[in-house]
Amino acid sequence: MQNLMLEVKELTTKYITRYQENVYAVDHVSLKVEEGKSLGIAGESGCGKSTLALSLMGYYFAPLHYTSGEIIIDGRNVSGMDPDDVRKSILGTEIAYIPQAAMNALNPTQKVIHFIEDVFQAHDPSKTKKEIHEFAKEAFETLGLPAEVLQKYPVELSGGMKQRTVIAVSVLLFPKVLIADEPSSALDVTSQKMVIKMLKGLMENGFIKSMIFITHELPLLYNVTDDIMVMYAGQIVEKGAAKETVFDPLHPYSKGLMGSIMVPESGLRDTKLTAIPGVPPNLKNPPSGCRFADRCKYVMPACKVTSVGLREIALGRAYRCILREDELREVYSEEAYQNAR
Amino acid sequence: MPDETKVCLRTSGLTKVFGVGSQKCVAVDHVDMEFYEGGVVSIVGESGSGKTTLAKMLLGLINPTEGDIYFEGKKRDIRTQRKKREYWKNIQAIFQDPYSSYNTFNKIDAVLLDCIYMRGGRRLPRAKKIEMMAEACSFVNLKFEELTNKYPFELSGGQMQRLMIARIFLLKPKILLADEPTSMIDACSRATILDMLMQLRNEIGMTVVFITHDIGLAYYVSDIVYIMEHGKLVESGCADDVILHPKETYTRRLISDVPKIHEVWDLSTV
Repeated sequence: MQNLMLEVKELTTKYITRYQENVYAVDHVSLKVEEGKSLGIAGESGCGKSTLALSLMGYYFAPLHYTSGEIIIDGRNVSGMDPDDVRKSILGTEIAYIPQAAMNALNPTQKVIHFIEDVFQAHDPSKTKKEIHEFAKEAFETLGLPAEVLQKYPVELSGGMKQRTVIAVSVLLFPKVLIADEPSSALDVTSQKMVIKMLKGLMENGFIKSMIFITHELPLLYNVTDDIMVMYAGQIVEKGAAKETVFDPLHPYSKGLMGSIMVPESGLRDTKLTAIPGVPPNLKNPPSGCRFADRCKYVMPACKVTSVGLREIALGRAYRCILREDELREVYSEEAYQNAR
Repeated sequence: MPDETKVCLRTSGLTKVFGVGSQKCVAVDHVDMEFYEGGVVSIVGESGSGKTTLAKMLLGLINPTEGDIYFEGKKRDIRTQRKKREYWKNIQAIFQDPYSSYNTFNKIDAVLLDCIYMRGGRRLPRAKKIEMMAEACSFVNLKFEELTNKYPFELSGGQMQRLMIARIFLLKPKILLADEPTSMIDACSRATILDMLMQLRNEIGMTVVFITHDIGLAYYVSDIVYIMEHGKLVESGCADDVILHPKETYTRRLISDVPKIHEVWDLSTV
């Protein structure tokens, strides 16, 4: 068993709206990331992926509030800390975050190197300017970025280059966990590939110890991460190794997701894409039973009243459905048989 | 399947140049394309390859620097506003960003009424108009009663994009240009939107032109694929030929950069 880098136990966080309503965007989420591993989080917009990322790094600014649960980073419990303390002692060194629009995070009036100087001034003031410059240059070269980038203004860099610069800056303090929230969704395929190559290189070069990768592009997730977790309406509905989750999904929602993958490979044109009808439930007053019941093809009367917990069927493999594994498989094979006819 | 004999839209030597002198930028460079009646065509390229400029020229929103566009065998004539409106009855578009596709000050029913007026339904009785609008909304799984008094910004992105399809349902154009219709929508709702578009195509028999950077989508929906690079057409042909057996180096690189599931995705090539 490897060292646990990040352990989250039953984390619940909520948004408080203007009308004092509680919206539980992350609802009893538990996860574990071991050293040297990466975890992918999939799900449609509004399912709580990004809120989970913000909650993990302790970014509790109104309207987001911490409710319960524990976050343990490399043996250190950081849950419920004051956001200011989090910024001083956790962000950057323990956990680093790459937001969705990372390319807009750079200050247009400052050269990249000044940005890096600022980072070190806040976290490691003993370093001299010369040391910082040398360190940054070395780090950038290891990560495959030209050292000239350091002396440039953000406007002089292309979108893909800006994104890679932000990633490089965020790992300079060797964080234990890196959270990448859709780092490549605004880029075209070639720049996306470069970003992914760099992210994979971070772990090999020892800049980070583990990674959480959030996206709704499943083919990308499959290629990047070791494990995949599918979220729906604030809850985990399925988790397991990447291969199992993509090729052998158990929960009806993940089954629908995997059926909507479009990749340019032979055989795609013969398959029929599955569309999931309807919209996710409003989390202001979530349904009492299964949250996916309204959109599920295989819904039964019991689904709407009994809430189900995660069923663990093997180590690290779990799903949230009222049906047992063999019952689900039977339902799926029956459907496949009907479709074939 | 497309009727190979009937070309409904054709471009010959279409060129668009922005700027002059040192600022000169050739966005579209001598492009010859043919769109068959009832066919589904994809124009694929990375950002900056000129696909949106091409679409705008086809729509008549910007004038080409050089080259001609032939619509149903005749050279397109849109010199006056009246002729332009006539042309737009035949060719319509869905844009990438549904949020900026609507007039913010118009309510949803005004948006849909406009489409009925364009089809010459101005003098229809009110009940008939409402019936038509409700039918269009139910085609895209929206409830017309809930929408009538709403403004576009009150809808979600997916709902707006579906309302766009409802507009097309009312307008019944001969050609639909879909400029990245699903790129602002998450992967899970993509299939829903595509299904609706394809169903609509089967119903009214229009030609659909997808402009996209998503090669998986292009391969899934289209019969014919055009690949563009820096304003030039680099490869064209049957979807199976172009995507599975690409000939040009650029196409090969583009396809190898897309993450795969059944095949190995080689990261060492960038």
